[in-house]
Amino acid sequence: MQYLVSVIHDKSNSGTAEEARAIDEFNNRLRAGGHWVFAAGLADPSTSTVIDGRGEEPVFTDGPFIEAKEHMAGFWIIDAPDLDVALELMADGSKACNRRLEVRPILDV
Amino acid sequence: MVASLAKRFGDLDIAEEAAAEAFATAVERWPADGVPPNPGAWLTTTANRKAIDRIRRENKRHDKHREALMLTDDAPPEPLGAIDDDRLRLIFTCCHPALAMEARMALTLRLVGGLTVPEIARGFLVQESAIGQRITRAKGKIAAAGIPYRVPSAQDLPARITGVLAVLFLVFNEGYLATGPDTDPVRADLTAEAIRLTRLIRELLPDDGEVAGLLALMLLTEARRPARVSAEGELVPLGEQDRGAWDAALIEEGHRLVRERLDSGVAPGRYQLLAAINAVHTDARDARDTDWSQVVALYDQLVRLDPSPIVALNRAIAVAELDGADVALAIIDRLGDALNGYHAFHVTRAELLRRLGRREEARAAYDRAIALAGNTAETAYLSRRRDDPG
Repeated sequence: MQYLVSVIHDKSNSGTAEEARAIDEFNNRLRAGGHWVFAAGLADPSTSTVIDGRGEEPVFTDGPFIEAKEHMAGFWIIDAPDLDVALELMADGSKACNRRLEVRPILDV
Repeated sequence: MVASLAKRFGDLDIAEEAAAEAFATAVERWPADGVPPNPGAWLTTTANRKAIDRIRRENKRHDKHREALMLTDDAPPEPLGAIDDDRLRLIFTCCHPALAMEARMALTLRLVGGLTVPEIARGFLVQESAIGQRITRAKGKIAAAGIPYRVPSAQDLPARITGVLAVLFLVFNEGYLATGPDTDPVRADLTAEAIRLTRLIRELLPDDGEVAGLLALMLLTEARRPARVSAEGELVPLGEQDRGAWDAALIEEGHRLVRERLDSGVAPGRYQLLAAINAVHTDARDARDTDWSQVVALYDQLVRLDPSPIVALNRAIAVAELDGADVALAIIDRLGDALNGYHAFHVTRAELLRRLGRREEARAAYDRAIALAGNTAETAYLSRRRDDPG
């Protein structure tokens, strides 16, 4: 199964150099274990734009789509056979990036 | 059977329904065809077939994947020992930390305990539809999020067992001191089910000290149930209970478990200490014979494991017996900030103030306790204490 792991953060400052090093190390372990799919950090939520293409003409508005105290600062997509493996791996991921994480399964298509 | 089907097919709904269909088929066929030579194996085989039929019929998105799995899983029905392993897996799945605590309790009672949805709803005083939804949602999450049917790795096992025991202890407590007005103060169906499931876990994990500790704690608590509510429906405090009405067999079993843990020489965990405290209480023929220094010593150990204000409050109650109400009251008044919303804090304060002859303050504390208490028998007892001049 694949899981989206969102990094939950309540401030818009970026991580420290030490956190970045820890994340790199953690990512190398994910690759070595065959769990790596993709990961990225995200720019500040104030830089986002919301698209609504459900009508005839698409409407673009200043984001984020929801005002929240916490937002997604980055994410991983990992491959794990089940939730227990995903949770065990990402407990270390949370330690590495020093943030809380949310793990959510990706629907397979 | 549900457990082994769940493991094989990775889907609780399919497992439950296939098991039910197999029993229904048996009821239909056995009277006419005669009982097969090995009824258990017959049921398992039938349920397996029903499950496969169901999966084919439902033609789910994961159909191909499941069928591929089944094609490679040609193992014959598993021997009896493996059924226990399946039950253990099921318990760990139902008590998975990724599920909400309420969902864990409902799911465990439904799938491991075999209680019906109406029974669970009565136990927790919740609408049937709410319990049904809770269970459906939890099953949905188990399937969609990939919560595995597996006994956790050795590294995770202690934490996960703690999680399972927490679920069972909550179920027991809900039965033992039922919250909410208009209900029976003690709901024996829930306490009995919690004990049954804890016994099962002890059979499956006989070397785990905390499992033994929780079982002992439940047995020693349950043993006092006959003396716990008076004929008038009031809660009877430990010191005033008719000890002759206690269940001697349960006490004997609880004491045996506590002795076994003491003999093991392994440092006790929280449940073992609570069980030991209960063993001291149930060891005294008369409340006046209680070895309070032993109780305080056990609470001292417990405070080191769990420095929560609630443990400190319970320790203070024992201190009152050993060193006097004034010493205990001084300890308790330091806990006021943390426990102001907790009815037992005000009950304890009221009792100590009463003993010290500070009647006005005691009365105010009883009022506060009554306002916060949810249990009918407890409210009745507290109202009488408040108004009793003695």
